[in-house]
Amino acid sequence: MSTLMSGARMLLECLSREGVDCMFGYPGGVTLPLYDTLYDHPLRHILVRHEENAAFAAEGYARATGKVGVCCATSGPGATNLTTGLVDAMMDSIPIVAITGQVSTKLIGSDAFQEADTFGITRSCTKHNYLVKKLDDLPQIVHEAFYVAASGRPGPVLVDIPKDVFQAQGHYQHVTAIHLPGYKVFTEGHSGQIRRAVQLILRSERALVYAGGGIVAAGAAPELREFVERTGFPAVNTLMGLGALSSEHPNFISMPGMHGSYAANMAMSNADLLVALGVRFDDRVTGRLAAFAPHAKVIHVDIDPAEIGKNRAPDVPIVGDVKRVLARLNQALAESKESPDSTLGSARKAWWHQIRSWKEEHPLQPTTSDTEIKPQHLMAEIDRLSQGRAIVTSDVGQHQMWAAQLIRFGEPRLWINSGGLGAMGFGLPAAIGAQFARPDKLVFAIVGDGGFQMAIPELSTIMSYGLPVKIVVMNNGYLGMVRQWQELFYNNRLSSVELDCFPDAEKLAAAYGFKGRTIEKPWELSAALEAAVQEPGPYLLNVKVSPAECVYPMVPAGGAINEMVLGPPQPVAAK
Amino acid sequence: MLQIISLLLENKPGALMRVTGLLTQRGYNIESLTVARTLDPELSRMTIAVEVDSTLREQVIKQMNKLVNVLQATDLTDLPAVIRELVLVRVRTAQESRQAVLKEAEIFGGRVVDSSTEGFAIEVTGDPEKLGEFIDVMRSYGEIEVTRSGALAIGLETKKLRLQPPVPTKGATKVEETVQ
Repeated sequence: MSTLMSGARMLLECLSREGVDCMFGYPGGVTLPLYDTLYDHPLRHILVRHEENAAFAAEGYARATGKVGVCCATSGPGATNLTTGLVDAMMDSIPIVAITGQVSTKLIGSDAFQEADTFGITRSCTKHNYLVKKLDDLPQIVHEAFYVAASGRPGPVLVDIPKDVFQAQGHYQHVTAIHLPGYKVFTEGHSGQIRRAVQLILRSERALVYAGGGIVAAGAAPELREFVERTGFPAVNTLMGLGALSSEHPNFISMPGMHGSYAANMAMSNADLLVALGVRFDDRVTGRLAAFAPHAKVIHVDIDPAEIGKNRAPDVPIVGDVKRVLARLNQALAESKESPDSTLGSARKAWWHQIRSWKEEHPLQPTTSDTEIKPQHLMAEIDRLSQGRAIVTSDVGQHQMWAAQLIRFGEPRLWINSGGLGAMGFGLPAAIGAQFARPDKLVFAIVGDGGFQMAIPELSTIMSYGLPVKIVVMNNGYLGMVRQWQELFYNNRLSSVELDCFPDAEKLAAAYGFKGRTIEKPWELSAALEAAVQEPGPYLLNVKVSPAECVYPMVPAGGAINEMVLGPPQPVAAK
Repeated sequence: MLQIISLLLENKPGALMRVTGLLTQRGYNIESLTVARTLDPELSRMTIAVEVDSTLREQVIKQMNKLVNVLQATDLTDLPAVIRELVLVRVRTAQESRQAVLKEAEIFGGRVVDSSTEGFAIEVTGDPEKLGEFIDVMRSYGEIEVTRSGALAIGLETKKLRLQPPVPTKGATKVEETVQ
């Protein structure tokens, strides 16, 4: 029979049964019983330097593997520090389970030391959350938490556990089933809608596949590849979907949206059919919604029924797991006897021809200079070293957009960034999580000088665990994206965006015990990056890039995505 | 036009907060809200009266349906439904108008639940708009105090309740392995 154990041990038992091999956390007063149990437990605890980064690292782990990431924090400030990571995971549909300590049940609501209403605070930061009031409920809740986090549209789930529940003694109750009658997971698409989708697919002249993070979450990259090859359709991957279709694939155009490529945005605007797969018609992709893809019929496949019709009313809505729906679409297309007649065939050829000429007219080109390092040059060099195989994490801002534009990703789960929430300070801790998840992989943390300074404490974690993360700071001395907007839309009144006094990277890294270097000349770049990659341990490469560079193309706020500003100095609006 | 959302949800701590949170985070006010147990004590029926633009209401209801604790959220605004509310009115009235007050209460199908020399306490149930009229009438007789229950609604069409069947756990299979 089962043995008597403490709540803390029971929690670890549940985590082990869920296949958790490491969790990222930070101890505190009410989690003392948990950390005491961890002392001689095989589950690996990774001590980060700030709870927010525990959540980001758990996300990095989850994003790199598809497994549920786990983070842990104490009550009060520990829990509140987690919230940014929870919202980030919520926005990007990343499965993580957060364990927080809470003051003892008797003290809840008494303004006890380090008490915060974690359950209330995280209501809107999580897909679901729990407060464990008694030990008997713990196993059911923890297994439910993992199920909810990973199933359907994934997301963060928080389990708040009071100190006395950690301390109480009880028997582990076998949890054989999750019974959540109200939690509906839609997996199979509607057959009738799938048939209608096939009809549209067979007849379209100017189709475009618009694939997003849902493909990555569903593990549907093989089905997506089969789909584009079967149909011959061109495809764009959103920021969250980069790698869903390999950047090397001949049907891949690039990323659409506010800083998407000219070809991707023009294709969106001129398509007669959008096959939207695991996407949410985010404002950064669509620009002015009323002018988005005005000629296109829309097939929208998503596992979340609330996404269907939220921003764009689809002609064919399909609620379901995009992996299964694509498999059925592929099968139906394989069985279809209809083949494009000559009119349709030549229309499709013309469409491809048009897309290729858009690509040639305004390619995403890595600008270089003889005197200074252009940020695009930096990304192109990282791309050269990665060859579509390295994991690349980023924060939010200019460096993120240039990385997304210029670095190739051969498969899903290589590109890890804070997409929906746009959280600075994400890239470095996410790289920690990703490196733990994929020790075999080369991991670049590409961060800006702003975001890097938000995450500096984690240099200590990186060194402490000997993680060979290659930190590349794209240092332009500014909060670059904010500066870009001030420059373009606020009469160049640069307000609180200059970041002076950046620390000496070599000394900073040395202070933590690893190597670092600052470079500013273009001829130093490739050798410096190669040296960083060759270094067996972590490396901090501070790359001073031209400070005035802006990300182009750019769709100004409220603009239609075919109204791109293609570059300085004379902004030219596309037709 | 009264906009009514009817929800069937698990009777669990936090369930109410999750539902109302979806409205408050979008900056919508809740006109009224009632919640009580159903025949099954583990479930509650909630009726919310709101004022939200119809496309946004559809989105909010979809979000409500996604909540783990919500079994079903239905928009009754344009569906056949009976909507009722209860109001308790305390009216202070002069001796000479007591008869008239009683007469008015009768017209609205009200019931006197307390009577004193100062006036009456009257209970009326009915359509929320009708209750508004009753309150206006009572106000004309003197100083009044009012408590309304908020709208309660029952749909007149049976809507199929889709429930998720239990799912075996990943942990569970391992448990069985270790037990045997």
